[in-house]
Amino acid sequence: MRIRNIKWLLFLLALLLLLLVSVAVALLSGEIDLKLVDLPTILEQKSGVEYAVLTKIRLPRILLAVAVGGGLSLSGAILQGIYRNPLVEPYTLGISGGAALGVSIAIVFGLNALSFLVLPLFGFAGAIVTLFLVYFLSIKRDGLNINSMLLIGVMISFVSSSAMMFLMSTTTTDNVQNIVFWVMGSLDEPNEMLIKIALFSSLFGLILTYFFAQPLNALRLGQTKAKHLGINTALTVRILFFLASLLTGIAVAIAGVIGFVGLVIPHLIRLIIGNDYRVLLGGSFLGGAVFLVLSDTIARTIIAPNELPIGVITGLIGGIVFIVILSRSRSKFRLN
Amino acid sequence: MESFLKIDKFSCGYPGKFVVQDIDLEIPKGDFVGIIGPNGSGKTTLFKGITAELPALSGKTILKGEPVHKMSIKKRAQNLAIVTQVIEAGAMTVEDYVLMGRMPYRGQFQFFENEEDVEIAEKYMKLTGVDRLRNKYMNALSGGEQQLAGIARALTQEPQLLLLDEPTSHLDISHQVQILNLIRRLSYDLKLTVLMIIHDLNLAGEYCDSLIMMDNGTLRKKGEPAEVLNYQDIEEVYKTVVITRTNPVSGKPVVFLVSEDVMRQKKEASH
Repeated sequence: MRIRNIKWLLFLLALLLLLLVSVAVALLSGEIDLKLVDLPTILEQKSGVEYAVLTKIRLPRILLAVAVGGGLSLSGAILQGIYRNPLVEPYTLGISGGAALGVSIAIVFGLNALSFLVLPLFGFAGAIVTLFLVYFLSIKRDGLNINSMLLIGVMISFVSSSAMMFLMSTTTTDNVQNIVFWVMGSLDEPNEMLIKIALFSSLFGLILTYFFAQPLNALRLGQTKAKHLGINTALTVRILFFLASLLTGIAVAIAGVIGFVGLVIPHLIRLIIGNDYRVLLGGSFLGGAVFLVLSDTIARTIIAPNELPIGVITGLIGGIVFIVILSRSRSKFRLN
Repeated sequence: MESFLKIDKFSCGYPGKFVVQDIDLEIPKGDFVGIIGPNGSGKTTLFKGITAELPALSGKTILKGEPVHKMSIKKRAQNLAIVTQVIEAGAMTVEDYVLMGRMPYRGQFQFFENEEDVEIAEKYMKLTGVDRLRNKYMNALSGGEQQLAGIARALTQEPQLLLLDEPTSHLDISHQVQILNLIRRLSYDLKLTVLMIIHDLNLAGEYCDSLIMMDNGTLRKKGEPAEVLNYQDIEEVYKTVVITRTNPVSGKPVVFLVSEDVMRQKKEASH
């Protein structure tokens, strides 16, 4: 028992170390290759091209990768927990579809020229509308019927993607390109405030989720049995649903639809350390952050000076790595 | 003296579909009570009413002077523990699962079990004999072992009232007897009050202090096993011909079934 806690702590520390290493690698690689030994001097000088590249270009991007990767992965872990379904991910509930529709509307009507804030705001608004639709159409009516919630979410996804296709088919090629580009996702975000919002909200989400680590553990037995153990399941599921949706909404609004993080990383962490949410939540956050920092570094360096959409990297690397691990440890792979 | 568990003109269920009506019951502390009745007679619905999973339509259930439906979810879990027929705990170790029984006592900000939690879980794992399985995954256990782990988890909740929903239904006779002996012992040693749904009339008669017979959403009969398990009531409720005798060793009632063929032969022979 006590040994288990030490094991968990070591695991989280190892992941944190891995994150620091990934951040260092990401800071050093790019068009201008830097060396680790030079870092202190560059940072001390506080001037020069290299300093600007580090602090104005690479660091913000890395921070956004940490925020988005951590947030999406955490959201995936939560949703898989409350739905007791291994295939659920942050985008299953239609949050991303709603956000994409919001962004498409803004682009089609040319609102994105007004301010850099328009796209994130419309994206977030789309996410929020979807969230409340799912909430009122399923949770409010059917109580906490998990299946109806999932189905409503999936249906809303379809409806918003059809609406998006309609918009795309009636607008100019330029707009279509903009929409596609946004949907593919990118961590290239020039606005510092948005990066801060993303970072703070996902860290805050992590802290908040930890108050529900034990209820999430109880939910591994199912809602009825969790209630038998004194857990207010109705309240817990509602709060966690909103929390996970907001985390997803903010991530998508700022960075677009970056796939795979929220589905695969929580599973990987489960495989390595088990299903106890006390370690799984933090592990998923850190793992998602590492994964996205590294993926983004690859995306922006592999065909430099051009950049690959990050979704290409997350899908390719994540998918292949996951299949390999899964086929090697099939017997160990369980959700609950 | 106020009774330990008092169920007072209690109705619950699904209005318009199925309702358990007007249940009156008083159960003294330390009693081991079996609930019998055919499928669909309302045993499980009554259970859900007692645990407040279903709201009361009228009447109330009172545990140690306190209405169960007015307790907080947490307090209820400290007073009532339920072992369900199927325990789907997945890939969770037996020890982790049993420790979950301490959840009703845990604060929102308490991430780790304290020493007392561990001691209590340890005690009941030993008592039920699942301590040797502690590092095994729940889904790797046999049905009987899972039930034992479920009982250990329920006891770790240190409840006043233990509710068991057909704990022996999928088990062979040796496991049935093992589990019922354990429950019997618990009710003696810990003065634990136990309410158990059970299909097997013979096991019910052999082990329980008293029986409750449910029929079509109402309480048909309550009392000692010998009073409840008479062939008239059983035949009417179950719509099945039975023969009742007394177990020569324990003196408890036993119920025999007779096959259709034999019945026909007997009838022909008597003509």
